[in-house]
Amino acid sequence: MSKLHVTCTVNGDPREFLCDPADTLLSVLRGPLDLTGSKEGCGSGDCGACTVVLDGQMVCSCLVLAGEAEGSVIGTIEGVAEGSGLHPVQRHFLEKAALQCGFCTPGFIVAAKALLDQTPNPTETEVRYWLAGNLCRCTGYDKIVKAVMEAAAELRQERIPA
Amino acid sequence: MNAPERPDAFKTGDLKVVGTRPVRPDGNDKVTGKAVFGPDFKAANMLQGALLRSPHAHARIRSIDIRKAEALPGVKAVVTREDFPTLEDILMNVGETAGSVLDLSQNVIAREKVFYDGHVVAGVAATSEAVAREALALIEVDYEVLPHVIGIEDAFRPDAPVLHDTVFTRGLDEKPEQPSNVPLRMRQAKGDVEIALGDAAATVSGHYSMLPVHQGYIEPHACVASWKADGKVDIWCSSQGAFNVRGLTSAILGIPTGTIRVMPLEIGGGFGGKTTVYLEPLAVVLSRKAGRPVRLTMSRTDIFRASGPAPGAVLDVRLGATAEGTLTAAEVEFKYSSGAFSGYEVFLGISSAIGHYNIQNYVVTGWGVLSNMPKHAAYRAPGAPQVNFAVESAMNELAEKLGMDPLELRLKNAIRPGETSMSGTPHGEIALVECLEAARDHPHYSEPLGPNQGRGVACGYWGNHGGPSTASVAVAEDGSILVVEGNPDIGGSRASMALMAAETFGVDYGQVSVTIADTSSIGFSGVTGGSRTTFATGKAVVEASRAVVEILCDRAAKLWNVDRAQVEWRDGEAICGAGEKAGETLSLARIAAKADNTGGPISAEASVNPLDHLPGYAVHICDAEVDRETGHTRILRYTTVQDVGRAIHPDYVEGQMQGGAVQGIGWALNEAFVYDANGRLDNPGFLDYRMPVASDLPMIETVMIERPNPAHPYGVKGVGEVPIVPPLAAVAAAVSEATGVRMRDLPITPDRVHAVLHPDG
Amino acid sequence: MRTAAFHSPRTVEEAVALLAGDAAARPLAGGSDLIVQMQSGRVAPSAIVDLKRIDGLVGVRRRGQGFVIGAATPCTALRDDAALVAAWPGVVEAANLIGSVQIRNRATMAGNLCNASPAADSVPALVAAAATCLVVGPDGEREVPVQAIPTAPGRTSLAAGEFVAEIRLPAQAQGGSDAYLRSIPRTEMDIAVVGAGAHVVIGADGVCTTARIAIGAAAPTVLLVEEAGNALVGGRFDDNALEAMVAAVRAACVPIDDKRGTARYRTAMAGVLARRTVLTALNRATKGAKGHA
Repeated sequence: MSKLHVTCTVNGDPREFLCDPADTLLSVLRGPLDLTGSKEGCGSGDCGACTVVLDGQMVCSCLVLAGEAEGSVIGTIEGVAEGSGLHPVQRHFLEKAALQCGFCTPGFIVAAKALLDQTPNPTETEVRYWLAGNLCRCTGYDKIVKAVMEAAAELRQERIPA
Repeated sequence: MNAPERPDAFKTGDLKVVGTRPVRPDGNDKVTGKAVFGPDFKAANMLQGALLRSPHAHARIRSIDIRKAEALPGVKAVVTREDFPTLEDILMNVGETAGSVLDLSQNVIAREKVFYDGHVVAGVAATSEAVAREALALIEVDYEVLPHVIGIEDAFRPDAPVLHDTVFTRGLDEKPEQPSNVPLRMRQAKGDVEIALGDAAATVSGHYSMLPVHQGYIEPHACVASWKADGKVDIWCSSQGAFNVRGLTSAILGIPTGTIRVMPLEIGGGFGGKTTVYLEPLAVVLSRKAGRPVRLTMSRTDIFRASGPAPGAVLDVRLGATAEGTLTAAEVEFKYSSGAFSGYEVFLGISSAIGHYNIQNYVVTGWGVLSNMPKHAAYRAPGAPQVNFAVESAMNELAEKLGMDPLELRLKNAIRPGETSMSGTPHGEIALVECLEAARDHPHYSEPLGPNQGRGVACGYWGNHGGPSTASVAVAEDGSILVVEGNPDIGGSRASMALMAAETFGVDYGQVSVTIADTSSIGFSGVTGGSRTTFATGKAVVEASRAVVEILCDRAAKLWNVDRAQVEWRDGEAICGAGEKAGETLSLARIAAKADNTGGPISAEASVNPLDHLPGYAVHICDAEVDRETGHTRILRYTTVQDVGRAIHPDYVEGQMQGGAVQGIGWALNEAFVYDANGRLDNPGFLDYRMPVASDLPMIETVMIERPNPAHPYGVKGVGEVPIVPPLAAVAAAVSEATGVRMRDLPITPDRVHAVLHPDG
Repeated sequence: MRTAAFHSPRTVEEAVALLAGDAAARPLAGGSDLIVQMQSGRVAPSAIVDLKRIDGLVGVRRRGQGFVIGAATPCTALRDDAALVAAWPGVVEAANLIGSVQIRNRATMAGNLCNASPAADSVPALVAAAATCLVVGPDGEREVPVQAIPTAPGRTSLAAGEFVAEIRLPAQAQGGSDAYLRSIPRTEMDIAVVGAGAHVVIGADGVCTTARIAIGAAAPTVLLVEEAGNALVGGRFDDNALEAMVAAVRAACVPIDDKRGTARYRTAMAGVLARRTVLTALNRATKGAKGHA
């Protein structure tokens, strides 16, 4: 059995890797690419802990085969922070204590950022439905939803031209 | 009193740092993907392991043939029961406390029989996961399939298939002649219930039931073990207690505790479910055989099939009261499932049943019941939510019968400071009454309801715990404060420790760093569980911090050349009270810089074992709306009121209240273990084990009632567990009011509600 | 068996040749069912044939007044086509109830159809809409009604080497619209316990000229309940007609008891949802008719 050779862009950097045809994108991210910020909570697309952005769309990386990533542009939690500074979504997660154990947090942050990138002023209901694919067992979602709403408000302020 | 008043230097108004809401020390790593959780750790030259699990609910293992698996290229080790100490060996090594270790060792790997679908039978370590999985398929196990039993009442019957022929019911007047699936009956009683019920102006009775539910942590169990040629063992894993992993691995494998070093990784949720071992002993034995580090990880399916749920239960309750609403009698009898091996939830169920009320006549009886499910594990306030559901549901029914407001009924009977608990211990500074009053006066409680809506209330408590903890505190050369503890941070406890240390030193929160050490780098600490960490480990941190302050004052005295008694510590610096330097101050940094000249490094360690913890109480209010055509329940509004002692970091206290409430909502509405006719778990994934998602819920309002525990320097009571106790009854009561039909069986799924509302289809 | 190859053909012909040449190869569209099945060991394809790089298989295009949806078009992309949303809002909403946003950014209606689950959300809506699909294979291509694809849970009528390349929706009639509703225990993330799709067309006089009602998860395959539609045609959706429609739906149901719901509940819900779905479709059709006027 021969390995696939895949070339793609991850967090802005050109990357290449070898994989088996049945390997998932998540297993490649966590294995050869050494990006363990994306978590495997279920392996079946039910928990969202492995959420990444693939060619502009958020997806469960456990439900993408690594071979599908050829030529694609991928963003993971490791690419959300801008240099040493945190993205507003990350900062508000910290300031609102929107994490307890922190295991689901990368998936939530990637998903929340994807929401705010396309919907700058979501309602609470929109936030809740957008994030329904991300399971959190610790927080009861309250502080997560509040953090996303506050990050949205801050980002809207930033967008207003001075 | 188990919580004696005692003078303390720290009064509420003096606190500068405790009670603030800073960003947690580990936060940055956790929002950027840098934090290393259980499945993230890699060791050099590591092999990947895989486990063969039983497809049968109950079977005798006639033989296991591993020859083909061993011959597969890339396979480095195959282990079976033959590679583990026999039960007789364990009994000899561990001695009289062996009971639970024997059970655990069999739960880790099956010996004579498999007891549940998913029970581990063999393990493989190979050069890749694919090879390991291929090897599993080559292992030949000859099973003699035996009749199985799942349900509590089925397993309780005298003619049920018996799991263990060594189990005879304990706690009966006479030892039974036949083995059974009932390891235990416990009873606690006072007064005469029958007479009191006969005299009561109002009585209610009801039968209640629920299925097992899972803790549902998102991080799968995972570990890496490395056995070295000199017999030393390193284990990297996420757990609720590295010392617990060390101790259990040592006992199960019969290797000296001191040779095992457990490195705690970040833990992605546990809720009690990670206070035991599943993988670690297997990984150690695989590593010993392979001569290389071995990683084992559970899939989500494995987690549901083979890690401990919380007990399912069947319960009967009778309550009696005077016409004015004074409770006069309570009769509670429950059966809890415990899976294939005995648990301790029955004991905790009894102590959690009715202790929040003053009742003169009661009898509480609990039975443990074994069946072909995985050995149950602790789940947040283990044993309490089940019995609370029945008792609080009965209280709501009693209130209705008496024509009383359900919170007023509870206020009339609530236990107060100084009154004696069921266990005979007088309660200290508890605040159930204040919680009930706050709930009654909360705007939520008087908000009007619409059609098909209902409001439910319930209250409950959890005993909390103290126990052994160790912490060390050191001052770095520049005056930074380094706290080291042995308790994994499962929900922000690093922040609490840093806050308490900073408060004790009188410095900024940012001057303190907190590290969670491995088992060879700090003294023993019990598990992060029982709502004990901020209380007990917090005490150790404060005690060690105070010892360091004492050293700092001593060093300052040396530098000033005055008597120690002349030095006072205030706001992070020493103040000279006498001599020519009177009024001068020495900062922490300056004392630290001179440490080498005044006696060397500055540090202290404290080991504590406090048992002066206090219980926590909670009152929940739930509004629900029911679609009468479809049976769907929507939670409209939810408020939790809790006796929290003092909130060290209020955000994370609220987080516990919210998270526990939502787990309880899931338990009430949707979560349940469903087994098929062959005794196999039919919903072993997040698709069909339906935990609440964000769109199912409203915001969870929190009201913290701060009545400090006088036995803790900063007033801490445990806060993590009681939030899951009242939701079951609160949600059920809301649905009952919305539908007009009492909901006594969980989960309250749409089809169940529909069946109740449309008995004719 | 290990999956030995991953192919990314650029043409339908290439894909057909790859699938026809290897009976154990599987086509891959969104992957949200196939990859789960591979991970759990339920299927082990010898090779994967990714359809997403084939021209025309991703995206929505017009075909006369109707629509052609490439087999590899993710569900969320359907919402970006305003004309499709205006014509077939029920189909688009059904496809966008599957799983989570993450899932819908990959999952496709063709995959949903070929997975052959009786509970597939998009299928009742497609059946109600009288959608067809273009099947391609070694013997050429054929156009068949959507409901002809699944034959039993997990089984399809596709022959070796065949796959669905397109889903085709007809032109929406003047005065027509559709809707889909499903019952799940939570608000998101569940498999439908029951689903109901409805397509209705009303004339200028408000009389129903066409009604197609399809029910999911109430039988081994999605049911097109013709009697239910017939109960509405020629009337004005009065209570009697709706009751007759509901009765026909319930009579057609042959559900099972399973972990997701009881047979009794499924039958009851099929009626409740059919009624609600028809009324939603009617409401949309009425608004649409007014909008045109």
